[in-house]
Amino acid sequence: MLDAKIPAGSLENKWTDYKGHCKLVNPANKRKLEVIVVGTGLAGASAAATLGELGYKVKAFCFQDSPRRAHSIAAQGGINAAKNYQNDGDSVFRLFYDTIKGGDYRAREANVHRLSEVSGNIIDQCVAQGVPFAREYGGLLSNRSFGGTQVQRTFYAAGQTGQQLLIGAYQGLERQISLGNVTMYSRHEMLDIVMVDGKAQGIIARDLITGKLERHFGHAVLLCTGGYGNVFYLSTNAMGSNVTAAWKAHRKGAAFANPCFTQIHPTCIPVSGDHQSKLTLMSESLRNDGRIWVPLKQGDNRKPTDIPEEERDYYLERRYPAFGNLVPRDVASRAAKERCDAGYGVGTSKQAVYLDYAAAIERYGKIEVSKKGLANATKEEIIVLGKEVVKEKYGNLFDMYQKITGENPYEIPMRIYPAVHYTMGGLWVDYELQTSIKGVYALGEANFSDHGANRLGASALMQGLADGYFVIPYTIGNYLADEIYSKPISTDHPAFVETEKSVSDRIATLKGINGKQSVESFHKRLGKIMWDKCGMARNAQGLTEAIAEIQALKKEFWSDVKIPGGINEMNPELDKANRVADFIELGELMCKDALNRQESCGGHFREEYQTPEGEALRDDANFMYVAAWDYAGDSNWNLQKEPLIYDVIKPSQRNYK
Amino acid sequence: MEHKNINLTLKVWRQQSTVSKGEFVTYQVKNISQEMSFLEMFDVLNEQLIQEDKEPIAFDHDCREGICGMCSMYIDGKPHGPWQANTTCQLHMRAFNDGDTITVEPWRAQAFPVLKDLVVDRTSFDRIIQAGGYVSVNTGNAVDGNSLPINKNDADASFAAAMCIGCGACVAACKNSSAMLFLSAKVSHLALLPQGDPERQSRVVNMVAQMDKEGFGACTNTGACEATCPKEISLSNIARLNQEYLLASFTSAE
Ligand SMILES: Cc1cc2nc3c(=O)[nH]c(=O)nc-3n(C[C@H](O)[C@H](O)[C@H](O)COP(=O)(O)OP(=O)(O)OC[C@H]3O[C@@H](n4cnc5c(N)ncnc54)[C@H](O)[C@@H]3O)c2cc1C
Ligand code: SF4
Ligand code: FES
Repeated sequence: MLDAKIPAGSLENKWTDYKGHCKLVNPANKRKLEVIVVGTGLAGASAAATLGELGYKVKAFCFQDSPRRAHSIAAQGGINAAKNYQNDGDSVFRLFYDTIKGGDYRAREANVHRLSEVSGNIIDQCVAQGVPFAREYGGLLSNRSFGGTQVQRTFYAAGQTGQQLLIGAYQGLERQISLGNVTMYSRHEMLDIVMVDGKAQGIIARDLITGKLERHFGHAVLLCTGGYGNVFYLSTNAMGSNVTAAWKAHRKGAAFANPCFTQIHPTCIPVSGDHQSKLTLMSESLRNDGRIWVPLKQGDNRKPTDIPEEERDYYLERRYPAFGNLVPRDVASRAAKERCDAGYGVGTSKQAVYLDYAAAIERYGKIEVSKKGLANATKEEIIVLGKEVVKEKYGNLFDMYQKITGENPYEIPMRIYPAVHYTMGGLWVDYELQTSIKGVYALGEANFSDHGANRLGASALMQGLADGYFVIPYTIGNYLADEIYSKPISTDHPAFVETEKSVSDRIATLKGINGKQSVESFHKRLGKIMWDKCGMARNAQGLTEAIAEIQALKKEFWSDVKIPGGINEMNPELDKANRVADFIELGELMCKDALNRQESCGGHFREEYQTPEGEALRDDANFMYVAAWDYAGDSNWNLQKEPLIYDVIKPSQRNYK
Repeated sequence: MEHKNINLTLKVWRQQSTVSKGEFVTYQVKNISQEMSFLEMFDVLNEQLIQEDKEPIAFDHDCREGICGMCSMYIDGKPHGPWQANTTCQLHMRAFNDGDTITVEPWRAQAFPVLKDLVVDRTSFDRIIQAGGYVSVNTGNAVDGNSLPINKNDADASFAAAMCIGCGACVAACKNSSAMLFLSAKVSHLALLPQGDPERQSRVVNMVAQMDKEGFGACTNTGACEATCPKEISLSNIARLNQEYLLASFTSAE
């Protein structure tokens, strides 16, 4: 049975009590304890740096050439914290409440409350590191709004918040490297976990430059390896983001929780053709000021600027007057799909809606005019001034849009469509972030813990840094305090030898298939199945078909994949083949999980379960649980249910009207 | 936007490993949509090579949205290609015409050895940061974020420098392979903030020393780095670095 190990006591005191009572490791012993951190994005870099500071011997791994390049770097919009600097009624409780509600009541209260409690410390820590957050003229930190909330609690650095936060954590990590507390292995990929007597004792990693396999001992292994959105082939994730590390842990016994909970982000640049290799996000912060609409008339082919105001349907403002364009992501995405499916989509593909800045430009222009006392300003002058304001706020995003589409978003509305963005599911972890394998922890997007069935904007950065800076330094001590008695295991131990052999056998098998189809072509086909049948809307028939199709694809992959190049050299095709093989298995589990969950909640929308207005219809009586899947051999899983108990919040139907 | 499909000739640097000798190999690609990004065009070429039983071209990339700093192609004599303030991954095929011949090479610098084809080793940049590109503050030491107001202009200027993506294009563009623009961006980022103040002298001295040790060349103020930088990191950062360095050497000589 899974035990979430949630401390007793009242919700507000659980974390404080835990910290007051967990076991500690004394400084002399910390030096003898080795911790492996796989992944150095926000979660991993913050964890590795902090554990290094505490005196543990840390080895950190990433597959890019530098920790500074992790996918976290791409986060645009911001990071939440319950600071209430705006005096607009925010509090730890409200952030906690919004996050639980945003997640459609499928997250654990205790974890989310802790997240909310430490959120303020994250901002303080980052400021101390020199993260250049946006500031007001008075010199204090600036905030903006994000979807699913009615307060301004999002801290940001223009459209590059992830970059600035990651650089902060990266610099902290590099400092520990220079002090000799952390050893960094970049261009390395973890390919398996080494288990001895039911505990993790290390990993097998592949040097991506030489292709050599390496054995690394550790008293504990932290997986901070990010999300698995690339199972859909097209997503806003970086090209290299993958599930392999988490999947290897899963196959070694770690339960995989809520795999079907994926987030489809409403505002991304639409697909332009078959050549498309990834999708680009247009930050949610754009919904602060932009208005989303489609023509009132089906198949209206006029230029957007030629469609008069009264012939436009601002469908989010129409359907959700209270939150308008700032409804949560799952709601906004489904609403866009609904309009496009009904024939109101725009652009050549008709799979797009408009995100329009004309009104915002005019509004900001008028503010500038009155600030500058230009009573007789012409409309043109107002527009010029308004564009300047918009440029300062969102310039880099607008430039990015223009580079990709060749269209000028200051003049014509942007075309946007939902795209796969984030995965709420992940390795099951308990309150201490330990997976169901002893000694293996999962942090950041790689775990499942805090976002339920839908993540609110600006909360992934918060979670990654909370896990790395403020949670794991305590919880890992509680485990390692007992490990001081176990001597490091030699990497000649049979467990290392056997695990390395199974990894090298698999690589040899893959390489030896010598088939006809490229890795990329399989990945594309998997993505299409997933998007069509396990994407924004799912139903029992589609999911059943998808499972059969994925099983067939798997067979085909293992008999016809073609991997050029050698094993003992740099070989990006081989790296990719390893990852795609795991994505195929994960895809099947996602469909299985989606099929099992006969309700709609958050990003998981089963067409059979909706309200008359087309909103997600939860079934709390039967599905208020975390679906944690145990691997039981090829295409075989056992389901464990962790009941979700709400002591403080009363689940209700989410209402953003 | 009107889009066309175009045919191109590519001359690409191929090199099996750091120690082997490289050479240019010529390829043809057909029917390339101008809506593709430059790297998507490379994806097409690589798929073509796989089908022809040849080894695909290794190149670095990850985010494909101009922020991770991983992509690094030297295109027709310019790092990241012809567009201003742009990375290779954000370069789109609209920049080229039917029938063009495009030459693609890796970054070339002693401190960035080629690993394979277009992939180079840029860990020297990480080591420069290790020499002092941080504020020495352990987790848990921080005071409230708003207890330290920072003038908005300074904060903005610091951010402008902190936008550097560590791609190394500045080094590739420089005839001396100097890393001054990269280094100065980090020094400026931290020197402009009160948090960076206590360590500003040791930081600049140690980082410059590490840069020299890595084999980057000297800066002769030519400005090719600024012109090529995808994040428009300004040359004024180099002036600030020189100032900081001078100040630090005076003080330490005392
Ligand atoms: C375009 C975009 C914009 C976003 N904007 C926001 C935002 O504004 N606010 C917000 O809160 N969230 C945002 N998110 C979400 C957020 O960025 C991510 O969820 C978060 O950064 C994930 O951090 P992480 O540390 O868990 O993983 P990542 O940053 O993905 O890092 C994963 C690390 O694991 C390593 N790794 C993976 N597998 C292996 C392996 N097998 N061996 C070795 N190393 C491995 C990688 O090298 C990397 O270092 C955005 C996401 C996207 C795609
Ligand atoms: S200064 Fe510019 S060119 Fe140089 S590494 Fe930074 S972003 Fe790249
Ligand atoms: S691939 Fe990330 S900047 Fe080009």
